[in-house]
Amino acid sequence: MGYGVWTVEIIPAEIQPPARSVAGASGNRIRFASNPVTNGGDAADLAVALNEQVLLERLGELKPGCMILLEDKWRTDPNPSIAAQYRKTYDELTESGFRLVEVPMEAECRKLVSDPRRGKNMFVLGLLCGIYAFDLQVAREQIAFIFATKPQAVIDANINLLEAGYAWTRANLEMRVNIPATKPTLPQLVLNGNSAIGLGIVASGMKACAMYPITPATSASHYLSEIFEQVGGFVHQAEDEIAACCFAIGASYAGGCAVTITSGPGYSLKQEAIGLAVMAEIPLVVVNVQRGGPSTGQPTKVEQGDLLATVFGCHGDAPKVVMAAASIEDCFYSMITARKIAETFNTVVVVLTDASIASAQTTIPRPQSDPAWHAPPLDQNPVAPGALRYDWDSETGLARRVIPGQPGGMHCVTGLAHDRRSRVAYDPRNNEEGLRNRSRKLITLQQTLRTPAVFGEESGDMLIVGWGSTKGAIEEAVRRVRAEGARVGALHLRFIQPMPPGIGEIIRRFKRVLVVENNWSDPVDGAGVTEDNRRFSNLAWLLRARYLVDADCWSEVMGQPIKPSTVVRIIRERLS
Amino acid sequence: MSTCTLIPDWCRISEEATHSIEDYGRGVPRWCLGCGDHAILAAVQRYCRDEQLPLEKTVFVSGIGCSSRFPHYMETYGFHGIHGRPFPIAEGIKMVRPDLNVFVSTGDGDCCSIGTAHWIHAIRYNMDMTVLLHDNEIYGLTKKQASPTSPAGLKTNTTPRGSRLNPLNPLSATLGVANVSFVAQAVDWIPDLLHDIIRMASLHKGFSFIRVLQRCPAYLPTEFEAQTRNPERVLLLKHQDGLTLPPEIAQTYRNQEEHDPGDIHRAREIASASDPIPVGILYHNPAVPCYEDSVDRDRIDTAETTHAFLEQEMDKFTIWPTSSEARRA
Ligand SMILES: Cc1ncc(C[n+]2csc(CCOP(=O)(O)OP(=O)(O)O)c2C)c(N)n1
Ligand code: SF4
Ligand SMILES: [Mg+2]
Repeated sequence: MGYGVWTVEIIPAEIQPPARSVAGASGNRIRFASNPVTNGGDAADLAVALNEQVLLERLGELKPGCMILLEDKWRTDPNPSIAAQYRKTYDELTESGFRLVEVPMEAECRKLVSDPRRGKNMFVLGLLCGIYAFDLQVAREQIAFIFATKPQAVIDANINLLEAGYAWTRANLEMRVNIPATKPTLPQLVLNGNSAIGLGIVASGMKACAMYPITPATSASHYLSEIFEQVGGFVHQAEDEIAACCFAIGASYAGGCAVTITSGPGYSLKQEAIGLAVMAEIPLVVVNVQRGGPSTGQPTKVEQGDLLATVFGCHGDAPKVVMAAASIEDCFYSMITARKIAETFNTVVVVLTDASIASAQTTIPRPQSDPAWHAPPLDQNPVAPGALRYDWDSETGLARRVIPGQPGGMHCVTGLAHDRRSRVAYDPRNNEEGLRNRSRKLITLQQTLRTPAVFGEESGDMLIVGWGSTKGAIEEAVRRVRAEGARVGALHLRFIQPMPPGIGEIIRRFKRVLVVENNWSDPVDGAGVTEDNRRFSNLAWLLRARYLVDADCWSEVMGQPIKPSTVVRIIRERLS
Repeated sequence: MSTCTLIPDWCRISEEATHSIEDYGRGVPRWCLGCGDHAILAAVQRYCRDEQLPLEKTVFVSGIGCSSRFPHYMETYGFHGIHGRPFPIAEGIKMVRPDLNVFVSTGDGDCCSIGTAHWIHAIRYNMDMTVLLHDNEIYGLTKKQASPTSPAGLKTNTTPRGSRLNPLNPLSATLGVANVSFVAQAVDWIPDLLHDIIRMASLHKGFSFIRVLQRCPAYLPTEFEAQTRNPERVLLLKHQDGLTLPPEIAQTYRNQEEHDPGDIHRAREIASASDPIPVGILYHNPAVPCYEDSVDRDRIDTAETTHAFLEQEMDKFTIWPTSSEARRA
């Protein structure tokens, strides 16, 4: 319709939480605007609630005094305690300033369908179309499109509900908000981060994915399972994450390039196998859709707590590439890049995303297919006599890739220290040579990376540094504080290991550096917190260590995406 | 470096060549003198020579342990992995490259302790590979700790007053898992039968599990002593669908049973006995489907077909600039 949009699913951890339970609330947050939207934004201007209880947990996410459209059927519920609960909550919310509008959703729907529970969403869509003056014809077309495989009666029933909702708004509500649409000139995709990963895997030409179900990563594998076979791909649901990682390594070793998709706890389990792939120099792409940790943590919630575990995770020195998708669009392209790097450098590439982009939907420009996305076929020619498996190039650290089936290339890869022929070798010189070359590969890659652009001021009072899913919120906040005159810029890192060149130089152009991320850090003014014992947020540790900069950090672990208004508040506080 | 185009099933016809046993060996094994692993290696190399397995089309996969050094001593492709995980590595290889001959060497700690989950599921996947469980009833590499197959009462460094638990029986366990398709037992001290069993296992299409009772003179010098001295303490399983016994062996080992490898009930009974030690094919069912065959291998996918599909798939998520195009999508 020409709007920028960002939707966030609100998913309770339970499959069937008790009805009307506060914690079991599920729903959808929708933010839309004339221009592209890069994050879920701040407090909501309007809420629609199918019962009053679901509001209680989320009042903080609503603008004070905003309008709430509330299903009114509970007022007359045959169960007196439910009716009483409803009235009480209704009165309290009204007292605290919200504009409650009771809507007879159930009653209106019942006029049109026998089971209103199944059609209420269309009625609500109609309500919203009325408020935002959306073109009903577009909505009708969409309904027909979505239910294209269903009988005409179903389409008609849904359209009737839509129109009823629209009519109700027109007859009963004065509120009208007009947000002008910008008609896009190029095709857009509407998708979430996990689907973008699935599509990206197909685009990259990878043909094998091994996984074990874990929230919030699983939906990427669901989607991939749905489509992968149509391009000759295969999703293996392994018996656990260790097996999934080893299966992927075996598949890559044999000449495929495989991906394994997981989330925090599963990522922890994969560590030893990741070290093996690094040591034996086998390409491997690992996707970690982060969730709240440690341990089982908060499975459905947002957190960026795995950065240090990813960079340093394995025992010993296991240099691997760590990328972070900064947007839903990035989820797509990062799969192509990750495969390229994994195969060029014969190593492990971990791509971090998190729950906030995994299930959020937005519009992205439709990618233009490029044959270069696909890796060229592997060299399967006979290997020359005397050729070494690890013919490490002293400048780049790179070695050849030999796959089974290549005559003359027979060797035994091993996770033990080895020499250039891949023979077990414990002598100090050999060991050091292997470590040096595996590390050198990251230097080689680093030299090919571009310095990321700074958003906002190129130099000034404060540089905000972030990584991964917070990009949209941070940049929106920087835009707002700059409008107030603050001299603030933002730097967002997609490559975390190796870090692109030029970061130190950017950092030095600002008086202060503030790292903003969604993980734990001791608050600077916390009780007993001193310079000696403060635990910094993940990226802040890395920046402090690498650039010897007194980078400050602000982070939160609310299980939700960081809001732009929060970042604005923090910047103001730290600047004053 | 020239690039050759990929042949869809990755097949390359290897040049005609005659390989000797020595051609299959690499380096000097570092196992102790008298270690049963030497005999297993010799039997495998002999089998490879008999079958003239192409070196480049054969992969030995292992975990960690004395026995898992095996792939280093084969002049084929090899993957010496991590402790307990040879099965998933081998599965990944086989899934991508069904054209390869895949062997797995694993120890009793590797397979029956740290790798148990993978072992059980590997049986269920029934991928075409030959598995040698080098069962010395002890942890060799880490210097004499109890393994899940150590006999009750065995004194080891972690059980100085004797192991407190009854051992796990790898044969019974394997025979209890869905999709089991081939189970055999061999002993390192009857190399001819070991060889024949490896051959039958390799000919079976599916997950062929061979438990080899393997002597570890370094840590359990007397463990199989009585059985090696007294042929009466070995029970040979023979059948027209199983092993046919060479005459010299049949003469030495008089304790024999006619056992139909199709009979899983009898197989389970045999598996549960340890004295005399049953040697031969306990179970064979060629009809169990292989996991890797559930994938359509006939299709030819190129960068072009993949991208055509991608375009079509992206259409499902696309909003076109005008609504008439949306209707078309
Ligand atoms: C994750 C992990 N845990 C422990 C070890 C130490 N380890 C190496 S081999 C081994 C046991 C070997 O016993 P087995 O599998 O029976 O092989 P054997 O040496 O007897 O052939 C252990 C515990 C390891 N390498 N990795
Ligand atoms: S310790 Fe035992 S198993 Fe290991 S090599 Fe020596 S004899 Fe063989
Ligand atoms: Mg052992």
